[in-house]
Amino acid sequence: MGDLVQVSNLRVVAGNDAGKPVPIVKDVSFSIPRGEVLALIGESGSGKTTIALTLMGYARPGCRIAGGSVRIDGAEVLDLNRDELTALRGCKVAYVAQSAAAAFNPSKTIIDQVVEVVLIRGLMTRAVAEAKAIDLFRALALPDPEQIGGRYPHQVSGGQLQRMMAAMALITDPALVIFDEPTTALDVTTQIEVLRAFKKVVKDRGTTAVYVSHDLSVVSQMATRIVVLRHGEVREVGLMEQILHAPEDAYTQALMAAARPARRHALSTVAVANPAPPLLEIRGLTAGYGRRDSRGVPCNIVLKNIDLQIRQGRTLGVIGESGSGKSTLARVSAGLLPPADGTVLFNGEPLAPGLTGRTRDQFRRIQIVFQNADTALNPSHSVARILGRPLEFYHGLRGAARDRRIKQLLDLIRLPVNIATRRASELSGGQKQRINLARALAAEPDLILCDEVTSALDTVVGAAILDLMGELRRELNVSYMFISHDISTVRSICDDVVVLYAGQKVESENHRPFQAPPYHPYTDQLISSVPEMRSGWLEESGAVQTPPYVDPVNCGTDLCCFLVRCPVRINGVCNVAMPPRVTLGNGNEILCHHSDADLRRLYSPSHMRTDLR
Amino acid sequence: MTQAAAPIATDKAVATSGLRRAGQFLMALPLSGMIGLGIVVFWLLTAVFGPMLAPYAPGAIVASDVFDPFSARNLLGSDYLGRDVLSRLLHGARYTVGLAFAAALLASITGTGLALTAAVSGRWIDEVMSRMMDALISIPSKIFALVMVAAFGSSVPLLLLIAAITYVPGAYRIARSLAVNLNQMEYVQVAVARGEGRVYISCAEVLPNMIHPMLTDFGMRFVFAVLLLSGMSFLGLGVQPPDADLGSLVRENISGLGEGAPALIMPAIAIATLTVGVNLFIDSLSRSRRTMGEV
Ligand SMILES: Nc1ncnc2c1ncn2[C@@H]1O[C@H](COP(=O)(O)OP(=O)(O)OP(=O)(O)O)[C@@H](O)[C@H]1O
Ligand code: SF4
Ligand SMILES: [Mg+2]
Repeated sequence: MGDLVQVSNLRVVAGNDAGKPVPIVKDVSFSIPRGEVLALIGESGSGKTTIALTLMGYARPGCRIAGGSVRIDGAEVLDLNRDELTALRGCKVAYVAQSAAAAFNPSKTIIDQVVEVVLIRGLMTRAVAEAKAIDLFRALALPDPEQIGGRYPHQVSGGQLQRMMAAMALITDPALVIFDEPTTALDVTTQIEVLRAFKKVVKDRGTTAVYVSHDLSVVSQMATRIVVLRHGEVREVGLMEQILHAPEDAYTQALMAAARPARRHALSTVAVANPAPPLLEIRGLTAGYGRRDSRGVPCNIVLKNIDLQIRQGRTLGVIGESGSGKSTLARVSAGLLPPADGTVLFNGEPLAPGLTGRTRDQFRRIQIVFQNADTALNPSHSVARILGRPLEFYHGLRGAARDRRIKQLLDLIRLPVNIATRRASELSGGQKQRINLARALAAEPDLILCDEVTSALDTVVGAAILDLMGELRRELNVSYMFISHDISTVRSICDDVVVLYAGQKVESENHRPFQAPPYHPYTDQLISSVPEMRSGWLEESGAVQTPPYVDPVNCGTDLCCFLVRCPVRINGVCNVAMPPRVTLGNGNEILCHHSDADLRRLYSPSHMRTDLR
Repeated sequence: MTQAAAPIATDKAVATSGLRRAGQFLMALPLSGMIGLGIVVFWLLTAVFGPMLAPYAPGAIVASDVFDPFSARNLLGSDYLGRDVLSRLLHGARYTVGLAFAAALLASITGTGLALTAAVSGRWIDEVMSRMMDALISIPSKIFALVMVAAFGSSVPLLLLIAAITYVPGAYRIARSLAVNLNQMEYVQVAVARGEGRVYISCAEVLPNMIHPMLTDFGMRFVFAVLLLSGMSFLGLGVQPPDADLGSLVRENISGLGEGAPALIMPAIAIATLTVGVNLFIDSLSRSRRTMGEV
């Protein structure tokens, strides 16, 4: 049995503004044996997707395949004409893209779109095709496989849609499937289900696949071989085990180190029982968006009854899935969104709810750093102006004194001084994020609200930013509110953590978060969904258990927000009353009807296993 | 001073980087854009220096005959009174280009200013201003101009005012939607959270990012104003004799139509090249910005 895919000396060039060709893939060679999954791994801009697309004989607009050869099943792809390429794509080679939502037409039912290709090509009759689609839905562990195809794309969740896209790709029984970051846009708890479904179909069908990703832990679940790319060049090719345990290339080693987060920040030395009032304290906070009714309650409530504290010099992690209200929490703390109820205290003094009424000093002491450095820096300002403004505004620095301070700040964030005259659009992603952070530091704040500061960055760059934040904390004794959806980052840098689910604080942990169970059922699901960087983890980790039956709930009663998904919900308790706040033996405070002992029993390893069988 | 502080962001550095940017920008223009830019520059120069270059006074009767063809003495022939067409054109261009430019500038600045005010003020002010602009935009521009001229009599300041008022609402709408979008950007939110005042936010954070699209819009308004003013003059309601803009030149020589006199054709071509040139330039601007990324 030979190799299905052979790529040799592949070169792709892109034309830049001046019309000069810039190589973006340089002499790449690899091969994929039949039935194996090969991973292309690298940072953004390393050419992963470009290479994956050449397997379909495709180059993005502005790019050109300049040389080399791509053979699939012995046939040269780069020599095919238009018609032959059309036949190749969709039948022999199929593609699963990052964003399923963009790939589906919102006005047609899903099953129509899944079977479209085979009907157009006349490969099967409609009935056969639909039966096959339903089989695939079942194989991909979609709920209600017979009926779900009749829905429209907006009627299913993101994770389900992603699996349906895989069904669309697999329906022609392609020889090769390309998965291009198929789970990057998903929450961890969803990602694990999707991965499991992908793995199963690929294995059952003996499909040969290419898996493009930047995430080593995800890749280690799926692939048998890895190609590590950087700047369009192959840095290392090898079997999964070898790359994971004995990487040879220096870059691969750096990648591995960044992906295995060590405890980054030394834990804060400030005692938990510090008598001074906490730096930031939030009491009974409720906030939301939309029109407010007569009592000032907005129609779309996003945060409900949140309490939290951040002490001087400590880092509070805020974790939760997309839409859980993390950014809203930061916006309320910064005064950008007046809360509907509750108070925000700073150093024990209540802050005005909105912007008006806060003093300039209060503004100075709380700074916010947004997630997306691309939009957080004004594109028409130079770096010097971006950093200079807070210096002028808060500290009245002008002229030479200001320039000197700008230099110091650039030094602090390890950027060269000559960057000061550049505009934001002329910086790389990591540089932008550093400037973003430096602007907050320029104010000399006590508290920095960091909203997903590393999420848009590559692992290695993100790790450097986290290290920087740690150093700054040591040197300047600032506190952080660190918002993230990534549990391993939070675990590696935070002293305390609150877990948000659907706008409620379901758990808060002080001191060394996520180290000792038991946890709230949601936190537990979150922790156990984070892929570990070793093969076989996916098989060992138990499937998310289907929640036990509960009677339908009465509308209008306040209940646990996690009820719908909770695998350990209790009929007659969880569906009738709001859970209390319970403090567990390990100091964690959770919002749940279960006691410490219950949770220990429910989540004990032996119990989990019998449950799985 | 413990440490020698070399100024980092000197004005000079910013200026040279501006020059470099301008150079890059010119190089990136497509051919049609270069042609458009050439025409625009030509007309601007004509408006500024034209009257100095004119061989004769605009009112002087210099030719022996009316509607003369091209000749060495009268390069573009003579008009219905035997005046030099080239000289009248060079003087007339100043009115058309100058008035339209001033009107478009006034409209764009007023529109942008009002839009920024609306965007940073509360919902109420925004609502009232937007509805007022909607009312204004629903009045047909020609009829508005006719009524105004009928009421106050034609004069250059009035023409300027009419053209400006006509194009404020359009500029306002574009500017407001830009400002509202920019207000949601995170860098504006950062400035808000820093405690900056409204004036700083609109002038320093929002306005610079509106300039490019507003310049494009300004070009459009300029073309509209040229056409409106020329149309008015053609109807005899614009610039009044003895002065004449390009539209008046077409009107006063209309009797030369049968002979195909240059006195009629030249001002018409002038209006056409001016508007087409500006359009070419603007189109290529937005296109080259899209392909180059924000300049
Ligand atoms: N300006 C707004 N107007 C109305 N609703 C909003 C607005 N901003 C956010 N929301 C809604 O509030 C909820 C919480 O949003 P928020 O941005 O706080 O989530 P998040 O936890 O930060 O998510 P992510 O991880 O995706 O950034 C979401 O349902 C969102 O749709
Ligand atoms: S209260 Fe009930 S439903 Fe909610 S998390 Fe606890 S067990 Fe699950
Ligand atoms: Mg967010």
